[in-house]
Amino acid sequence: MDFVNILKNIEYIQGVKIAGITQNHPDEVYIDVKEADFAKVCFGLHQSFNSPVMMLFASDQRIINNKFVICCVFLSTEFKKWFIIRINIDKKSPKFQSLAKDIYSASLFEREIKEQFGIEPQGNPDLRRLNLHDEVWPDGNYPLRKDFKLSGVEDTAANEYKFIRIEGDGIFEVPVGPVHAGIIGPGHFRFSAAGEPIINLEIRLGFTHKGIEKLFEGKKIKDAVELSECVSGDSVFSNSMAFCQAVEKVCEIKTPQKALITRAIFLELERMYNHVADMGGIAVDVGFTFPSMYASLIKEAILALNKELSGSRYLKNINAPGGINVDLSGSKKTILIDSLNSISKDFKELKNILFTSASFMDRVDKTGVLKRTTAMDLGVVGLAARACDIPLDLREVFGGVYDKVKFVPVKEKQGDVLARLSVRCSEFEESMRIIKEFLDILEKCENNLAVKFQPREGFGLGFTEGFRGPVLYWVEINKDGLIERCKIVDASFHNWQGLSYAVLGDIIPDFPVCNKSFNLSYSGNDL
Amino acid sequence: MIDIFKNSLKKKIVTRHIPEIEKIGAKLKAEIYKKFGRSFHIREVDTGSCNACESEIISITNPIYDIQRFGIDFVASPRHADALLITGPVSKNMLVALQKTYNAVPSPKFVITLGDCAKDGGLFKDSYYIAGPAEKIFDVSLHIPGCPPEPVDIMKHLLLFLSNLD
Repeated sequence: MDFVNILKNIEYIQGVKIAGITQNHPDEVYIDVKEADFAKVCFGLHQSFNSPVMMLFASDQRIINNKFVICCVFLSTEFKKWFIIRINIDKKSPKFQSLAKDIYSASLFEREIKEQFGIEPQGNPDLRRLNLHDEVWPDGNYPLRKDFKLSGVEDTAANEYKFIRIEGDGIFEVPVGPVHAGIIGPGHFRFSAAGEPIINLEIRLGFTHKGIEKLFEGKKIKDAVELSECVSGDSVFSNSMAFCQAVEKVCEIKTPQKALITRAIFLELERMYNHVADMGGIAVDVGFTFPSMYASLIKEAILALNKELSGSRYLKNINAPGGINVDLSGSKKTILIDSLNSISKDFKELKNILFTSASFMDRVDKTGVLKRTTAMDLGVVGLAARACDIPLDLREVFGGVYDKVKFVPVKEKQGDVLARLSVRCSEFEESMRIIKEFLDILEKCENNLAVKFQPREGFGLGFTEGFRGPVLYWVEINKDGLIERCKIVDASFHNWQGLSYAVLGDIIPDFPVCNKSFNLSYSGNDL
Repeated sequence: MIDIFKNSLKKKIVTRHIPEIEKIGAKLKAEIYKKFGRSFHIREVDTGSCNACESEIISITNPIYDIQRFGIDFVASPRHADALLITGPVSKNMLVALQKTYNAVPSPKFVITLGDCAKDGGLFKDSYYIAGPAEKIFDVSLHIPGCPPEPVDIMKHLLLFLSNLD
């Protein structure tokens, strides 16, 4: 069935009217509806495509168009397209019908829209603030509105965040954070335990909130690339690549094949160093230090390789809209292949040490189980989803250069720490394989790494499959060639909730290993 | 177990010996022994960094750089620390937690900042949600520049600073 038929079906079943369907780019379908029909159309698409809300964001167009606009993004793996439902919102009394009661994965996004724009999602039962903490940010200040001025914000705010309270005989609370015992980002975890098992975990984040989306606004494209590289330090390349991709789409640039393949190679290198570090991290969190040190050697080898290839250990300053400035053919190809061979040997040893240790396997097996249905409801994506039998990998869905190397996505069933460890392990090996194949294809490509780029007015969605999962950038460029609005969604934003369900029933000392097995970004979530 | 043993024998010592660092390190070890009672302990606080700085700080404790051999270590509690190492531009939400952590470090204490955005806010300087930089709040004794600084640079700066302390 064609997607237009599906939309007609939704119109019929839900009794709504779709005002318009436009397709700016081959993989983006914009559906305009009235505010009153918004929730119903979203629910229809959510059911037809079996997709969580991938993005839900507002933008302030009061100056140009006299209104706010809200977009809700779903992904159809069947049509390989993003479906974006768009509504206009009256600027006088900004509100819209909440989706959260029918589609839980919209919940956090709605809270974000409420605190950043002051647009009320009517009917959402939980409108507590996420990033702008009640203790430091007074009510009524909405930073992502265009007319927001910092000078108007008073210094005093003394409200308090209301945690969910679990009460009953013998139940006690353990608050942890925001400053943790390791060298790690800040977040507050509040455990409620009855005896040993955790019966509720509430995660409060936002401590690294820096207003990145606001900082994007008004920036030149070149400066914005630099900013995108500071969104999440361990996903530098996936962020800059998703941003560049969005800009390329808007400006209708055809990026040369050689650049696309080079980008894919770097994306895989980024995945590899993170995956191996996490495998070591999982080991150290159950007190098994040797393999974690071993993994840190492999991570260091990949970072050093990154430095040799691109001049930066974290792959900064190499991406730009239109292409990339590193040529991986010639001598660099030899360096890369030699390093991969030695890394591959070390990795085999690491895998052997981990998977043959009975006591280690005993600790990770059936620990931190995230059920498939829970993950579906929460809209968990990426690696954590693939570990509980949800096969969503943007590399597979959108193919592109990945089709040329016959990319095989990885999936596990159990949803526990071991499953997430195994997904990492298999993805690491698959990355090594496809990098080598990419290098062969690179030789045959036309020798062109970047094309000239001229900013243009418009909007588009850029996406990559980072090591945690999808990294999505919705970018709007204004007529002066500056960024008008940039919405970022890191996989962490979906997945933190998954963690709070995965630990239920486990003991508090198992929390670190569960946490590490998700390894979610604080900075990428808080923005 | 046998695998681990075989592996350690095969790999031998992997620590990279960089002459410059070895030289400062040897001197420092003696100094630390005298001034800080054998070891110098650091408590790291992320006040809104992008996490790349954390990744590099973790790197200097890996077997290749192994900063612990000079008597420097990172500790879990501020009460055990001689210095506070701050990364990130100090977001509004982290201000109170940062101050509490600082107060928990026993005197005499140092504040060290690491990474470009810890110096002056860097790319986040103009944000509406920055309460920092750290030097606005504390007396900062040492800044380690870079975005993120590489492990060798972190070690050099740390070692030089500590060995030149009066």
